[in-house]
Order: sequence, then C-alpha cells, then structure tokens
Amino acid sequence: MKRHAVLWSLIVLAVAMLAPFVIVVLNALKTPAQYASDGPLALPTDITFQGLADFWNRVDFGQKLFNSLVISGSVAVLAVVVSVLNAYALGIGRIRGRLWILIAFLVANTLPQEAMVYPLYFLAKETGLYDTQLSVIIIFTIIQAAFGTYLLTSTYAEFPHELIEAARIDGANKWQVLVRIVVPVSRPTLGVLFVFSFIWTWNEFFLPLVLLISNDTQTVPVALGVLQGQRLMDATMTSASALLGVIPAIVFFLIFQRTLTRGITAGAVK
Amino acid sequence: MITRTIRERGSYLLFLIPGALLLIAVVLVPFLMNVGISFTRWQGVGDPQWTGLDNYTRLFGDSTFWSSFRHNLALVVAMAILPTAAGLVIAAALFDVIGKRFGPRAASVLRACVYLPQVLPVAVAGIVWSWILAPRGALNEFLGLVGLGSLGQNWLGDPDVALWSVMGVLLWIQLGYPVVIFMAGLQRADPSLHEAAELDGASWWGRFWHVTVPQIRPEVFVVLLTCTIAALKVFGPIYVLTRGGPGGATNVPSYFSFQNFFEKTQVGYGAAIATVLTVLILVLTAVFLKVQNRGERA
Repeated sequence: MKRHAVLWSLIVLAVAMLAPFVIVVLNALKTPAQYASDGPLALPTDITFQGLADFWNRVDFGQKLFNSLVISGSVAVLAVVVSVLNAYALGIGRIRGRLWILIAFLVANTLPQEAMVYPLYFLAKETGLYDTQLSVIIIFTIIQAAFGTYLLTSTYAEFPHELIEAARIDGANKWQVLVRIVVPVSRPTLGVLFVFSFIWTWNEFFLPLVLLISNDTQTVPVALGVLQGQRLMDATMTSASALLGVIPAIVFFLIFQRTLTRGITAGAVK
Repeated sequence: MITRTIRERGSYLLFLIPGALLLIAVVLVPFLMNVGISFTRWQGVGDPQWTGLDNYTRLFGDSTFWSSFRHNLALVVAMAILPTAAGLVIAAALFDVIGKRFGPRAASVLRACVYLPQVLPVAVAGIVWSWILAPRGALNEFLGLVGLGSLGQNWLGDPDVALWSVMGVLLWIQLGYPVVIFMAGLQRADPSLHEAAELDGASWWGRFWHVTVPQIRPEVFVVLLTCTIAALKVFGPIYVLTRGGPGGATNVPSYFSFQNFFEKTQVGYGAAIATVLTVLILVLTAVFLKVQNRGERA
C-alpha cells in the first residue's frame, strides 16, 4: 500500500516534469486560429507543420543548427585534445607544482563568465575575431578543457605504470606513449569528456550572446533567446521555436544517455 | 639518476604549453583586465579614467545592487537547497522502493523523466516557460479548467510574483541533477549497513536520515557547491524570462553587470559588480572545500 503511494507520487512528479514538453508539442502543431479559439490546452484538431516551417524559414534555422554543430563539435574535439595534453603532463608526468596548476584550471572553471566578458568582447574586437565562430571556439575550448583537465588528471594519476614502462623499454618516446598507450586505454573517459564538452557548449548562452551578433554566426540558443526577448512572436510560433530548440537536446539525450549518466557521476565524486 | 628524472619531468612540461597559453589568454588576462577596469570610469571607447575605489563605494550604496543579491539568495534556495533536499528524498525513494520493488527499469524511466529538463539549453527552457506563464498561457488556462481560476496570476509580469515564478522554473530545470548524482552515490554505498538498520527496526525515515544521507555525504557536498555556484551565475533564464523585471524584481548580479556593460555602457561599474560576484564565488568555494575536508577527516 505504502509502496504504491510512493510509486504514484513519483509518477505524478514525472508527469509534472514532462508536462511543459507535452504542452509545447501540442501547440507547435496547432493552427494560430485554433489556438485563438480553443486555448493552449486543447488537442490540435488539424495538425499543421506550418508554424514550424514558418519559424524555420524566419530564423534560417538550418544555418543556426549548422553553426551550433560547427562550434560545439570543434570545441568538443579541441577540448579533449587540450585536456589529454594537460592531464598527461599533470597526471602521468607528475610535473612539479602540479597541484597548483590543477587548482588554476579548477578556478578557471569556477570563475563567472561575467568577470571576463567585457575584456573578451574588447579583445575580440581588437583582434578582428568579434562575431566569428572562431572566437567562441577558442574561448570554450579552454573553459571545457579546464573541467576535462581536472577529470582526466585524476584518471591518469591511477594509470597502470607498467604499461608505460613497457612501452618505454621498447623505445617509445613520450609522444608515442601518449598516442599509442594512454589515449587508447583511456578512450571511455575521453568519450564522456567529448559528450559533455559538446552538450555544454551547445547549451551555452551568455558569451555566445555577446560575441555572436549576426545571423550567419549565431547558435540555436542565442537565436531563440534573442527572438524571445523581442517579444514579436505569437503563441504558436513561440511554441514552434521552443520545440525546435528542444528537439536537438532530446536527440543528444537519447544518443548519449548512457555516456551522460556515467559521466555525471565520474565528474561528481573524484 | 636524479638528474634524469628532473629532465624527464621537465620535458613533460611541453605538453602543458597549449593549455597554459589558452588559460592565460582567455581566462587570466581578461580576468585581470576586468579587475583593472573596475577601478576606472569607462564607456567602452576612448581612454578609461582612473577613479580608484569609486565604483565600489557607489556599489555598496546602490540599492539595486543589494536587491540583486537578495534575489540571488532566493535563486540559491531554488537551485541548490530545494533540489538537494528534494533530490535526496526522490533518489532514495527511487533506489529503495521503486528499484527494489518495481524493478530497476521503472526506476531508470522515472529518473530519465526528472532529468530531461537538465539537457535543455537554459535559454530554450526559458522560452518554454515564459510562454506557459504568460497571462493567457497554459498555466492560467489549466487553473481555470480545474476550477482554481482565482489563483491565476500574471506570473512573470507582477513584481510580487515574478521572483517566485522564476524560482519555480529554476527548480524544474535543476531537480534532475541531484537525483542522478545521488542515485549513483547510493549504488556505491554499502547495502549491509542499510540492511542492519532495517533488521534493528529503524523506520524508513530513520534509515534515510542516519544511514543513507551520511553515506552519500560527498555527493551532497558536490551538488550543493556546484548548484550554488550555478545559481550565483544564473543569466540565461533571467534574460529570457523577465530581463530582470518587472521593475527590477528579478534582477540578479549577473544580469545587472550585463546591463551596465552593454546597455548603459558603464563598463567600470559593470566590472566592479562582476568582480564582487567572482570574489563571492571563490570565497564560497574555498569555504565549502574546507568544510568538506574537515567532514571527511572527522
């Protein structure tokens, strides 16, 4: 009896958590006329993709998706590379002062972006990188790598030394050890890191909002957020825009679900 | 032999170069520039004028600044304290009751439902909610439908209600994170303690409080720390939901500094706000880590 009470309250909670998604889908597929007459909670009578298509064309959503993919993909690859190099020096090389260097990376990960945004904006303008995807890629590479360095260094600190010794005796240099032994062995952790860097960068809003102002460079969240801020959209178009923003996130969630849950826990307690 | 080890270690330093250069160029230099700017009056163009501590004295007398911090405290409650408390109960219920009596499959489906908002870009979550909370939006419509129409509000437009609405949205966004972390922690925890307590006749609450929570204490610390930091930095939901309004009722330091940087072009003042926020976050992190270390040693 009691167990069922627990089950039911959790089901109610789950439904409440999902309700906003359901409401978005309902209204994204509704005609504006039906929305006006039946309100937001009615089931759509004639399902239409017109709102979605209108919004897609209005913001050139394909371009935004492409921009987000280019930025997040590049950051994920580069952040993994930089994290591996850092963690190799800190965790396996055990260079002097490694604790302080690690703390520096951790602090970098903790600093609010507000405390860097104006100088970054200013420097980007000075160097001609303002409103280019490259500026955002460079910035988020190090922000995500700061977390990656922290995660990987603790993994590499426990790396089986016999493997490295064996390769050294066979005459491999440090670079070869890294590429042939360390990277392949730590591939699962690198996968987690890649997924996290990708999704976190995809979801970023603040710095991309400041640095990317033109249609050709903006990411999905920035384009949606700016449009929302202008309050120019009607209800069905707003839900169409929300649905288009939600879909990639859910796709990533389904693709990466296993890696994600494994990774969150790996990052949490180490 | 010793010299060889030193040379060995020295050459590992080369691998650190790309990361170190990026860290200096993208984080360290801009951060120090920001601190420098905070001692000046600057419009973003022309030469900054050195004004010493003027921005800081003005800041501490500025009621907008203080109220933005009070709002931020409310967001810490919504993003750190409530999700942690609720997350503990939900994770324990999922793990203990659902996982054991109804199967791990049911537990992981329910967990996924609670976690889903976490994968959304916060800006998108803000759009979803700003529209649900609109005066003629889905929430008021729903209240009318179940006969509670009198509870309807202008959720984001009424200065007395807006902060509560924002807190609710942030709770919705944040809840999945502690649930997932705590459930993983419970899997790591030793079940024999729990069984012993059950045999001793401890109630579910007794076991929860005296066995489950202490076992996942490291996770609780990490979640509280990361969520508190996230709450202090919150920007996207405010920008999309309320723009700090109505009448500054939901303004937070992060958005307040953004306004000064880019809307009012009072760059020096914005930099001072951002610097104070940074100091607060770093102090808080240091205190948390100290307390955690002491807890682990005890």
